[in-house]
Amino acid sequence: MAKPMQRDLFPGALEMMILRTLKRQPMHGYALVQQIKRTSNDLLQIEEGSLYPALQRLLKEGFVKAEWGVSSTNRRVRTYKLTAEGGKHLEREVSSFERMLKGITQVLAPGEL
Amino acid sequence: MSWLTQFFSRQRSYDDLSEEIQAHLEEKVEELVAEGMTSEEAMHFARREFGNVGLIEEDCREVWAWPSLEDVLFDIRYGLRALHHSPTFTVVALLTIAIGIAANAAVFSVVNSVLLKPLNYPKSEELVALHQVAPGAEGLADFESGLLLSPSMYVTYSEHNQTFQSLGVWITDTANVTGLAEPEQVRTVAVSDGVFETLDVPPAVGRWLSPPDQVPNGPKRVMLSYGYWQRRFGGDPAVIGRNITVDSQPREIVGVMPSGFQFVNADFDLAAPLSFDRGKLILAGFGFHGIARLRPGATIAQANADLTRMLPIWMDSWSNGPGSNPHIYEPWRITPMIRPLKKELIGNVGELLWVVMGTIGLVMLIACANVTNLLLVRAEARQQEFAIRAVLGAGRTRILRGLLVESLMLGLMGGVLGVGLAYAGVRLLLAIGPSNLPRLNEIAIDAQTLAFTLVLSAGSGLLFGLIPALKYAGARSAAALQSAGRTISVSRERHRARNLLVVGQVAMALVLLMSTGLMIRTFDALRKVDPGFADPQHLQMMRISIPESLIAEPEQVMRTQHAILDRLAAIQGITSVGFASNMPMDGFDSDWDEIFAQDKVYSGDLIAPLRFYKTISPGLLQTAGTRLVAGRDITWSEVYSIRPVVMVSESLAREIWGSPSAAIAKHLREFKDMPWHEVIGVVQDVREKGVQEKPPAIVYWAPLVHNRFSPVARTATFVIKSDRAGTESFLKEVSTAVWSVNSNLPLASVRTMQEVYDKSLARTSFTLVMLGIAGAMALALGIIGIYGVMSYTVSQRKLEIGIRLALGAQGGDVLQMVLSEGTKLTLLGVAIGIGASVGLTRLMTNLLFGVTAHDPLTFVAVAALLMLIALFACYIPARRAALIDPMVAFRYE
Repeated sequence: MAKPMQRDLFPGALEMMILRTLKRQPMHGYALVQQIKRTSNDLLQIEEGSLYPALQRLLKEGFVKAEWGVSSTNRRVRTYKLTAEGGKHLEREVSSFERMLKGITQVLAPGEL
Repeated sequence: MSWLTQFFSRQRSYDDLSEEIQAHLEEKVEELVAEGMTSEEAMHFARREFGNVGLIEEDCREVWAWPSLEDVLFDIRYGLRALHHSPTFTVVALLTIAIGIAANAAVFSVVNSVLLKPLNYPKSEELVALHQVAPGAEGLADFESGLLLSPSMYVTYSEHNQTFQSLGVWITDTANVTGLAEPEQVRTVAVSDGVFETLDVPPAVGRWLSPPDQVPNGPKRVMLSYGYWQRRFGGDPAVIGRNITVDSQPREIVGVMPSGFQFVNADFDLAAPLSFDRGKLILAGFGFHGIARLRPGATIAQANADLTRMLPIWMDSWSNGPGSNPHIYEPWRITPMIRPLKKELIGNVGELLWVVMGTIGLVMLIACANVTNLLLVRAEARQQEFAIRAVLGAGRTRILRGLLVESLMLGLMGGVLGVGLAYAGVRLLLAIGPSNLPRLNEIAIDAQTLAFTLVLSAGSGLLFGLIPALKYAGARSAAALQSAGRTISVSRERHRARNLLVVGQVAMALVLLMSTGLMIRTFDALRKVDPGFADPQHLQMMRISIPESLIAEPEQVMRTQHAILDRLAAIQGITSVGFASNMPMDGFDSDWDEIFAQDKVYSGDLIAPLRFYKTISPGLLQTAGTRLVAGRDITWSEVYSIRPVVMVSESLAREIWGSPSAAIAKHLREFKDMPWHEVIGVVQDVREKGVQEKPPAIVYWAPLVHNRFSPVARTATFVIKSDRAGTESFLKEVSTAVWSVNSNLPLASVRTMQEVYDKSLARTSFTLVMLGIAGAMALALGIIGIYGVMSYTVSQRKLEIGIRLALGAQGGDVLQMVLSEGTKLTLLGVAIGIGASVGLTRLMTNLLFGVTAHDPLTFVAVAALLMLIALFACYIPARRAALIDPMVAFRYE
């Protein structure tokens, strides 16, 4: 398996991306993975399976809801939907992530040391 | 979702999950096929992209509340299956654990019941024994129980103390009960006021003895024990108010104590009041056990100070008669040393029990080491299985947990078996244990013992599971799969754990064998001591007591005793007879008094040393086989004419007059108005208090003496020498003979001298048996351990040995190679064991006699024995190695 730039995501990153993606529209697992891969321009290497434990964690926290239904390709799938609480959680996470990112970028910025 | 619904709906949500993942994979495959892959390629690619399905499903499950419980359930099922698949291993391991745990549980139940549990009285932590010592009183050092209380002391303490809720004194005795069935000698306790209040156990029926019952010459009352009430009155509550005849005197029954109640350590049938006559009390009479209940919050130190404060009050309040010095006991330096009642009751048995517990614990460790070894071998054989599980997605923790659960189950199953065995073990312990073990009737397997067993089982399960688990759970999967269990030669590293275990086992076994060896030497030394009597199995003994209410006149008592001797002597097969106030080691309280020698000066108020004294009849020494060192025995005509003659022990003769022969024709007496008695005989030293105790200096009085306090011994042990001693027909003839003299005389404590002698050795023989069992178990387990490891090593190195042999090595070389490896391990174990023994055997110093804790002979002999047996255990696999046929070895691999 060639994973040239393999780098682990930090804890919580996957959950954040899932919530962000589901905010746009409810989706089932497979579509969710494809969507995340696509929007990241395949820069992020995600083991497809790792999505599911993350989804279970979000289900347990009540940030997403799941429902069995039929997909556009006429397949029985479980569709995940962001809850109100999940939305709030996402906002908090994103703002704290942005602060962190800002801090890291400042430190890494050339010429300032 | 509450945790409960979560728990019950988990199966459905897991099904959902599998379905979802399956759907994911299908969708992916479909898409890939649409992009032009073959379906096989697509399936392969989809799975690779997805990751390990099993692992992910498990990760998903772990998110939910009860993952570990479920995994453990799985591990248990898996473990049971694994154990079921190797029955030999399981049986051997289980038996090893079960026996180890049973031994530990049994000994623990004794330790717990005797040492740890509080006494069977309400708020028993407040109860204390009024123990005192008198370092200034010569001869008192032999007093087993320190200086007991005198009645006047009791009265003073009772009236002036500030630290006790209540206190009292008590004493054990025997009495004759007549008029119920055959005359019977019963065990009695005489108690002062305050004893029942102190123990605070309510009666089962009726009431306690109360102050009005203590009035001298008042109404005579008595209480029954539960056992006696059941035995003689069938538990009839209507006994209250009835009279029974105790020592020929009617007494009214006022109450019955409940089942299981004891006066400290005394079993009793009847409890009677002491009835002290206050007006007649003197300072002396130190014969009563004091017991008290501390005020809440009062400490033992405060109570000691309280008693110390009251001693001068005691000396000022009483005297030993008109004109005597009231401060005569000051040189004794009487010092209160109050002890918790529990400590008083347990005595020195605690040390013995802890030593036994320690040795049995060591055996458990050795057993664990053996099981660890088995598990290591098994884990090695199961490496492939672990590797496969690891490849299939089981993480290191998962495999580790599985292995631990498996060994934990072994431990717990062993524990269950062990508890069953422990029930038998406790009965065995009680059968071989010293019958004078305190709190014997309380010993049982109770909740605490079960809890201990549970902890022990789980703990040992973890202990022997941890080493193999840590060692093999680390999945070196690829390597393990590749080698597929084939090994040319086993690396050193793989053997290290097993070798360490063997070294440890040998070391621990050595420690246990050392202590057993020291006990054997002790027992041997004790058997070689001349106890001062001979041929004990042919000496029949029994106690006969003639109360004042039956025969008042002292001379008449002596004549009755003489008549009994004559009747006994007439029985066929009896060689000789005699009686004594008490016999060596028989456990009856001994008498002590000051003895003055005529040719010694006792200055001023100084009192003469206390001496042990007893009364013996003519012929007793000859009957018991006690030698006369100088002079002669007293004759009956001297007894009847009350000639002032006396005999003394060799040690007393040497102490006062320098030698036995010098003592003859010297004079001594007990107090001033007694005539001087001429020493006519010197008797060999007798081990009165047990073989391990120094023989005391003894004065032997004749059966009738000028003594205003005790001219005769009303209670005496009759000794009969006969080949038929102990047989039933013989005892029948003996009792007929006694009753032909007086039909109101019960026979008590009927036993042979051999029984008494054995009982005095009971503590040592019990320790010996227990350590012997522990040592034998340790030796067997250790040998199995070393044999197992060497055998396994040889079987693993079969190919290597085969190659050596094929290349020209001789069988002898191989034999030597394996043997030297075993020897190295054993030597290391022995060296460590000797080091440990030097430290540990010191703990049993007080159990030893005639041998030091570091006895070189024992150390060398035990070490050599262990080396020899261990070498033999190595020799068998070594020989097998030497006989390996290279061709067979190659083909096998």
